[in-house]
Amino acid sequence: MTVEALPLSRRGFVSGLAGASMLAIGACSGGSGRRAPSTRGAIRVATQLSSTSDTLDPAKGATATDYTRHFMLYNGLTTIEDESLVATPSLALSIDSDDRRNWYFDLRRGIRFHDGSELTSEDVVFSLLRHKDPATGSKVATVAEQFEEVTADGKYGVRLRLTGPNADLLTVLSQSHFLIVQAGKADPDGTGTGPFRLSDFQPGVRTVVLRNAEYWIEGRPKLERVEVIGIPDEVSRVNALLSGDVHIINAISPHSTRRIEAEPSCAIMVSPSSLYSDLIMRQDELPTGNPHFVLAVKNLIDRPLINRAIYRNMSTIANDQPIAPFQKYFNAEIPQRMLDLDKARWHVRQGGLQGVRLPIYATAAANGSVDMASIIQEYGSQVGLNFAVNRVPADGYWSTHWMKHPMTFGDTNPRPTADLIFSLFYDSKADWNESAWKNERFDKLLVEARGATDEGLRAEMYGEMQQLVHDKCGLAIPVFISLIDGYDKRLKGLRPIPLGGLMGYRFAEHVWWED
Amino acid sequence: MAVQGENRPAWIGLTRVVIQRVLSALLTLFLVSIVIFIAASLLPGDAAQEVLGQSATPQQVAALRHEMGLDQPAITRYVDWLVAMLSGDPGRSYIADMEVSDLIGERLRNSLTLAGVTALVSSVLALTIGIVSAINRGSKLDRTLNVVTLSLVAVPEFLIATIFVLIFSVKLVWLPSIAMVSPDASWGDMLRSMALPVLCLTFVVTAQMARLTRAAVADQLDRPYVEMARLKGVPFRRIILFHVLPNAAGPVLNAMALSLSYLMGGAIIIETIFSFPGLASLMVNAVTSRDMPLLQSCAMIFCTAYLVLILIADVVAILANPRLRS
Repeated sequence: MTVEALPLSRRGFVSGLAGASMLAIGACSGGSGRRAPSTRGAIRVATQLSSTSDTLDPAKGATATDYTRHFMLYNGLTTIEDESLVATPSLALSIDSDDRRNWYFDLRRGIRFHDGSELTSEDVVFSLLRHKDPATGSKVATVAEQFEEVTADGKYGVRLRLTGPNADLLTVLSQSHFLIVQAGKADPDGTGTGPFRLSDFQPGVRTVVLRNAEYWIEGRPKLERVEVIGIPDEVSRVNALLSGDVHIINAISPHSTRRIEAEPSCAIMVSPSSLYSDLIMRQDELPTGNPHFVLAVKNLIDRPLINRAIYRNMSTIANDQPIAPFQKYFNAEIPQRMLDLDKARWHVRQGGLQGVRLPIYATAAANGSVDMASIIQEYGSQVGLNFAVNRVPADGYWSTHWMKHPMTFGDTNPRPTADLIFSLFYDSKADWNESAWKNERFDKLLVEARGATDEGLRAEMYGEMQQLVHDKCGLAIPVFISLIDGYDKRLKGLRPIPLGGLMGYRFAEHVWWED
Repeated sequence: MAVQGENRPAWIGLTRVVIQRVLSALLTLFLVSIVIFIAASLLPGDAAQEVLGQSATPQQVAALRHEMGLDQPAITRYVDWLVAMLSGDPGRSYIADMEVSDLIGERLRNSLTLAGVTALVSSVLALTIGIVSAINRGSKLDRTLNVVTLSLVAVPEFLIATIFVLIFSVKLVWLPSIAMVSPDASWGDMLRSMALPVLCLTFVVTAQMARLTRAAVADQLDRPYVEMARLKGVPFRRIILFHVLPNAAGPVLNAMALSLSYLMGGAIIIETIFSFPGLASLMVNAVTSRDMPLLQSCAMIFCTAYLVLILIADVVAILANPRLRS
């Protein structure tokens, strides 16, 4: 398999011209009522989280704010630029692999870090291997375990040997955690090869970046200055957008969308995503370990009601398995499970579960879980299951409650590939196998699918795995939650990419300002 | 007794009071640091877990714990922190991996500016309202001021703040809805961006101070000495400024000190709504991320601010009122 880089320079040149002319037009027209950014193409972004744990280290990135910052400062070996979700080479010029286990990356020549030093294979080797060092505190240490050996081959070549074949490697490497930092920097300071240079960084307060005039993709970026701040309070975030103090915000609650749509100068962008809040039924405890219990609960969920009442019809109905309809390998053959009280009653009787009393732990930390739990409680009472909704604080939820009671809620962020989702959350040996289910057939398919070279066969395997999870796993997944951003209409070039909000956190490189 | 007091210069008694107060303040700070440390240790999870988040494996957590020194017994960590603190080093933040003093520096300045400006505006306002309504007790003006201040005390600040943002930022577009103070901003820019937070805080704080001022002044106005002074023909303005106010200073200053110390730590709601980078939100941040050195330093600053303000209030009250000097 060989992947060639796109001839970006010409396209980049054209769009660069367009961008420049837009800026010129912008400069000529007079200011309108709302406050415009003071400098041409200087925008302010407000995200929902900013704290002292904000970091310049891609390996430690944990929030949308971090990912956005990292994509402005660094580049990866590969990148995902559009809704096709196909990873294309970025810092790599070409990528070769015969067996999907041994990979060869040929780097682009003449790419410079912000301090002027050239990008070489040494930087790439360092960036990939540091995830395996526990002292780095990498969020993707488990993913990086599959890097068996990473070596430099000359100044511009990198060889990567995996512990086993993985056809999704290029997608994995396009994630923000695997962005390339300078060799030898245990604590990266923002010096990357990315479209913006760091100007000011204060954890929990702000990040300011300025256009990198020597960026290696011609015509990008089009913005002069981007300031990222955190406004944790959702209402304040929306107010800041409406008053023109910030120009793009993320994580809007579906109930605030009307306010933004009512303002002619602002708009919303809904990105479908594979984010889901799931009801966990532990298989190693009773009564949740009883297969009839699991099926009874799965049939108790009124998915259209959840979509309508909690998400104002902006979510995607899910089918108790983690692959969303817009993702690769989605199995459309599995019949959609709907609210079916008769079926639920039958399972309750078969399992001898009449009159079972059980608390469901819900929390603000898992999106929508409190409301979902109430809906399930209501229908449960109609089939003889008495649930109580235990609402617990978001603070410390993941260490104290998550997976620690028979019924808790989880909240799973989008992952770029089916393999990552299944290996992190459904493999019987995975740390976050939330419901502790074990299925030998599933585990076998998971390993086989990684190395399958035939796409048709792979799709079939992932299809069967979705069926297995849908039928047997102790997780109920009611809906996939869409991510909603709000923006000032003078900000152009935004379009949803189903990897995350803010164009998969990569918007800064692509958008431009137009008065 | 009174004779003894008059023979001694006032400042000796005052110095003794101040020294006693400083010593007890140090003891208070020590006790507070223990309480905060114990309370924070009781919270579920630790900094290592918070850093690695939901996705951490036990091995990773153990490795990071060792890196941060969290595998040491609690007593050792506390004593280490205390010894460092006594030598003037507040330590290093677990989470941001920066010196605590660097993290606090700008935020402390922001918080002090916000509190200072608010204090200035609200004290003047509160004293005026309080005195005016005490003098005109029972009049329509007094009743109006009463209703206004009482309703302001009753309205929660998040409501006031939200309404102000809707009116001044979203509808009228006069003032920014977020108070981002950047160090390179001019004074004008800074005051403009701080206008709404100051306004909201002023509303909350003024109401309380004005109520207490009114009560204290009214109480003094009922005393026989005021009547005496009036009978002697002392001008009313003089009675208020030179007789009533010094006597009312004690309770009024205490009320002001309490309100102002609230401005340092209690401004959390305002800081959240306006994304104001102040100390209170930093402390909340430190609690949620279990960042002990940062949390302790914030707690010490708030506690010190409180103690200093109360001390200043007492000293001024003593100076203003000869009867308290002994």
